[in-house]
Amino acid sequence: MAVHRYVLPFLFLFVMKNKLSLGGRISIFLVIACIATLWFFPMWRIDLAAPQYPEGIYMNIWINHLSGDVEIINGLNHYIGMKTIHEEDFKEFVYLPIVLGSFCGLGLLVFFWNRRIGYYIWTSIFLLIAAISMYDFWKWEYDYGHNLDPTAPIKVPGMAYQPPLIGYKKMLNFEALSQPDIGGWFYIIAGGILVGVCFYEWKRSKKKMA
Amino acid sequence: MKRFSLILIAVGAIVFAQSCKMKTTEAAVSGDAASKVYVAPGKYDEFYNFVSGGFSGQVSVYGLPSGRLLKVIPVFSQNPENGYGYNEETKPMLQTSHGFIPWDDEHHLALSVTNGEHDGRWLFANANNTPRVARIDLKTFKTVEVLEIPNSGGNHSSPFITENSEYIIAGTRFSVPIAEQEVALTAESFKANFKSTVSFVGINQQTGNMGISFQIVLPGVDLDLARAGKGPSHGWFFLSCYNSEQANTLKEVNSSQKDKDFIVAINWKKAEEYVKAGKGRKMTTEYYHNVLNEETHTATSNIMKEVITLDPNELKDMVYFIPCPKSPHGCDVNPTGEYIVGSGKLAALIPVFSFDKIQKAIAAKTFEGDYHGIPVIKYEAALHGEVKKPGLGPLHTEFDAKGNAYTSFFVSSEIVKWSLKDLTVLDRVPTYYSIGHLMVPGGDTKSPYGKYVVAYNKITKDRYLPTGPELTQSAQLYSIEGDKMQLLLDYPTIGEPHYAQAILADKIKGQSVKFYDINHNKHPYLAKGEKETKVVREGNKVHVYMTAIRSHLTPDNIEGVRVGDEVYFHITNLEQDWDIPHGFAVKHADNAELLIMPGETNTLKFVPKKSGIYPFYCTDFCSALHQEMQGYLRVSPAGSNTPLKWYMGKQDTTAVAAK
Repeated sequence: MAVHRYVLPFLFLFVMKNKLSLGGRISIFLVIACIATLWFFPMWRIDLAAPQYPEGIYMNIWINHLSGDVEIINGLNHYIGMKTIHEEDFKEFVYLPIVLGSFCGLGLLVFFWNRRIGYYIWTSIFLLIAAISMYDFWKWEYDYGHNLDPTAPIKVPGMAYQPPLIGYKKMLNFEALSQPDIGGWFYIIAGGILVGVCFYEWKRSKKKMA
Repeated sequence: MKRFSLILIAVGAIVFAQSCKMKTTEAAVSGDAASKVYVAPGKYDEFYNFVSGGFSGQVSVYGLPSGRLLKVIPVFSQNPENGYGYNEETKPMLQTSHGFIPWDDEHHLALSVTNGEHDGRWLFANANNTPRVARIDLKTFKTVEVLEIPNSGGNHSSPFITENSEYIIAGTRFSVPIAEQEVALTAESFKANFKSTVSFVGINQQTGNMGISFQIVLPGVDLDLARAGKGPSHGWFFLSCYNSEQANTLKEVNSSQKDKDFIVAINWKKAEEYVKAGKGRKMTTEYYHNVLNEETHTATSNIMKEVITLDPNELKDMVYFIPCPKSPHGCDVNPTGEYIVGSGKLAALIPVFSFDKIQKAIAAKTFEGDYHGIPVIKYEAALHGEVKKPGLGPLHTEFDAKGNAYTSFFVSSEIVKWSLKDLTVLDRVPTYYSIGHLMVPGGDTKSPYGKYVVAYNKITKDRYLPTGPELTQSAQLYSIEGDKMQLLLDYPTIGEPHYAQAILADKIKGQSVKFYDINHNKHPYLAKGEKETKVVREGNKVHVYMTAIRSHLTPDNIEGVRVGDEVYFHITNLEQDWDIPHGFAVKHADNAELLIMPGETNTLKFVPKKSGIYPFYCTDFCSALHQEMQGYLRVSPAGSNTPLKWYMGKQDTTAVAAK
């Protein structure tokens, strides 16, 4: 039954050449515009505050580089033996722009092809990119937080310094807040549009079928 | 018996009534004073208050209205606390034509102005003893330039500034023979040889660099204080002078004989024309010009060889004298630039002169004669009016934006508020004790901020807990917002405060530098990173290129130095973050420590006298592992051949340098 329920609509769409609604087609450009902001604004932001840093320090993660107080963070992290953060270490800064650029190109294909199934596939790819990126981000954080230099001057038994994937965490004298930045929020909006439009198209297709 | 007790009661009542008339200092503060000066922890003051340090030679920075001391800026005196005048980079700042001079007496300050209002670029300061002027950069709060003034003694009427910071002035309080001649000290010799000079120090508007544009040579009087004209009187400078008697001994008596001395009015625009027309005389002399380069973090001294002098006896229409009662001290120009207030420190009145009337008197040649060839304008012709019976010993006057003047009285120890409009006294408050200068924020500009007047006092006696015979001087903050002045706060100061300046914090706080960009550091002995650290021997000079970063010095072990060597520790602070200075000190170093700001390089010269091991360390508690930030220098006996070697941790920096 379940297979019938989920697979058949797709087959029908494919076979019946079900076209996208006008709204669906326009949404493709909205999504591309949202993704494009990632070239102009950072996608993620990690804020740190400590008694010695009332003004706070922060790091911005872009799709192709890092910015903010990276050198200051590196200077502080040597006490706990954390590896220094270097842009060159992140292959992601090469892949991510290519992947996101290709994703936008794919959106244009979906627009011209003008099939619901195209939109569904496009959305799936988007969600896949998001999931892999977050997993990758978490892995880096785990690596930085756990693989510490055994000769570090400050060693707190059982203490790891993995920053939060998203949200707030207190680590020794530092408070950390990890959250999407402007580009990241636009990426989330893009996701919202994609999922919403998929839902709308699916409803619409069901109505037609009925 | 009954009668006797009645008399006793009567006497008692009289004594009691009289003693009530004796003022008590406690009575002066009213209820809400504390809340008016309370700046909550973590909040900022409204004003930066720059205060001269007098015989400390430095400038202090206070916050107003809290009276909190924010910083002491070393200017004319060595400062072991941060190595100013001790490290190799800043030693040239205190060089003069008479060698290295580690101290001076700093009296007056002038903030740079544009259109007669504070522009927040620079602060100028004078040195009274060895005549010099200095410039402080308000981005870094550092002394960046010191210029020596030749042909001068007692550079007191300095560094008052013109409306667009064209010039600061430097006038001699102790007239001296020109060209540093050695002459007899007799009354005849004094009258024949001693002169006063007024130096106009031009300011480069882009760089702020100072240079003596010209010197006007005046008869030998004691030039005391000065103010530039503004608005209609822009282009003129006014200086007070005493000792027009030209006494050279027991001046206390002999300089106080004449009923009137002078206000000197100088048309400096006219002087500029004479200089342009080549009417000045080039005179060979020698004076030092010391400039700190903020990229190499190093000061250099240039020896200047020439100065242009102007003689008002030959060049007419440039200098006029205005009689002013009894040894005038303060000479202050009101915000509109129309009135010049002279304060005869032995006079019982305050004369107010009118710029308009002075111009008319000059045009109509309403002169009462001349003083050594310089025309003297008739007192009444220049006078706007007199403030009658204001108090005893008027010294200085500042202004608010509402047309009121505030004059300090040393002898009667008070501030008197009076109206410029009708010259009547409006209010008076006591100061504790014997006020010298006073300052209204912006009170010498075209647009005073008003709000407060600060008294700078010479005597504190019972004001604070006693500290032996040597007591602090003090400042008192009064509110001038209401009709009556109200005492708000009383706090000790650094050295002896003379004149002060205050600027709205909002005008400069945003431009304050947090640290130096190490990429712009062009110090010749910079080590930009630990890989560039090394030790180089050049004959008996050993240069250590060292770095400091939390929490280690690189290299931290050095061998191969011998007795007889001069060791130069060039320390670069590699930090690039706010408020992370590192200090540096070596055991038995006979100078001072270094205090190195992030991105800066400083050099400590160390000449070991005996062989042995010399620990060195970071003196500024920089981090959790600050105590570990230390190292050793091995000094071998003279003539030994211990190889030069240096390292830090596992890293053999000797090997790195050898590549």
